[in-house]
Amino acid sequence: MAETISVEVARYSPERDTEPSSQRYDVPLHKDWVVLDALNYIKDKMDGSLTFRWSCRMGICGSCGMMVNGEPKLTCATFLSDYAGDGSPVRVQPLRYFPVIRDLVVEITDFMNKLQSVKPWLIRGDEKAVSEGEYLQTPEQLDRYKQFSMCINCLLCYAACPVYGLDPVFIGPAAIALAQRYNMDSRDEGAGERMDVLAQHEGIWGCTFVGECTKVCPKHVDPAGAIQQYKLTATIERFKSFLMPWAAGNSEMESAK
Amino acid sequence: MSGVRQTVRYTEYHPRWYRTRVSTWWWLSRWPYLKFILREISSVFVAWFVVVLLLQIRALSRGPQAYAAFEHWLQIPVIVLLNLTAMFFVTFHAVTWFNLTPRAMVVRFGGKRVPDGLIVGTNYAAWAAVSVVLAWFLLRS
Repeated sequence: MAETISVEVARYSPERDTEPSSQRYDVPLHKDWVVLDALNYIKDKMDGSLTFRWSCRMGICGSCGMMVNGEPKLTCATFLSDYAGDGSPVRVQPLRYFPVIRDLVVEITDFMNKLQSVKPWLIRGDEKAVSEGEYLQTPEQLDRYKQFSMCINCLLCYAACPVYGLDPVFIGPAAIALAQRYNMDSRDEGAGERMDVLAQHEGIWGCTFVGECTKVCPKHVDPAGAIQQYKLTATIERFKSFLMPWAAGNSEMESAK
Repeated sequence: MSGVRQTVRYTEYHPRWYRTRVSTWWWLSRWPYLKFILREISSVFVAWFVVVLLLQIRALSRGPQAYAAFEHWLQIPVIVLLNLTAMFFVTFHAVTWFNLTPRAMVVRFGGKRVPDGLIVGTNYAAWAAVSVVLAWFLLRS
């Protein structure tokens, strides 16, 4: 019999329970097993009723985000062996600050709505005809937004953000970083439209710069950076609209590209 | 800005779900959160030093007697303790904010982003330079 490790998984059944409880399972401890492997082992061999989301098991689909020992983690990239040794079980819980639907599955419609509200797509004033060819971009222009484009919507940053926990109307780290991904894109002309949503209390000004979103991001997106950089842009734009009302618009955003 | 207000909207059809309330003491649960709260509180001590400076200027404008009284006030143990605490928090304020500067400040040079260390380093260098100039002014007599 191989060495085992205890995994303490949060369980919640909306039909039966009034609040979550935890259930302990002893699973084999393999050197190359991640927390998601343990969950799949439990579901396949021990308890088929355990419910959780996962898909790619290689850190790109963003669906297996959970709290592991209280930290937001992609369970497909969190090795069990890192938690072995001290004999205490590995605690697996649903992502913090989201409503729990069942076991480890959280309700994310709020995030999907917020993401849509920042218009995360290329907005053009006038579309070029297809016959005129592509919108060209230099490697330098790509470099300006590439970091923000790495976001996989795994929501670890929301689970790390106390502002989102205390005040769920906050648009949140990933949605703002993705808005910035398009704002900084040389092909985009929608910065002015996005500013209506971003430059308000529920947008960037809700952020108090705790900075934990950046630390937990598995793709090194730096959402905290995106928000602070946008605060600077929004402030400059606001002063400009006071001083030069005729030049208001997205000149600052455009010149940043 | 037009008033596109955000609201929290969840799916219209859903089973019963479970929500936890965030504890009032959330900031004690992890060191980074506590550090954040200490950084926020440090601004109170920054304001306190501004008040001390204003009191000093007022004493200075009122003549030698008033200034001597001000200096005497500075020597009261409670005020010494308060100022030492304020000194600690103001330093904490400066260091934590300097270290966060590269997150907010993107400087591009020759098409490349200037590394974080250089931006932080420039801040510390400027701090040291200003301190040296001030020390020279204060200690030259």
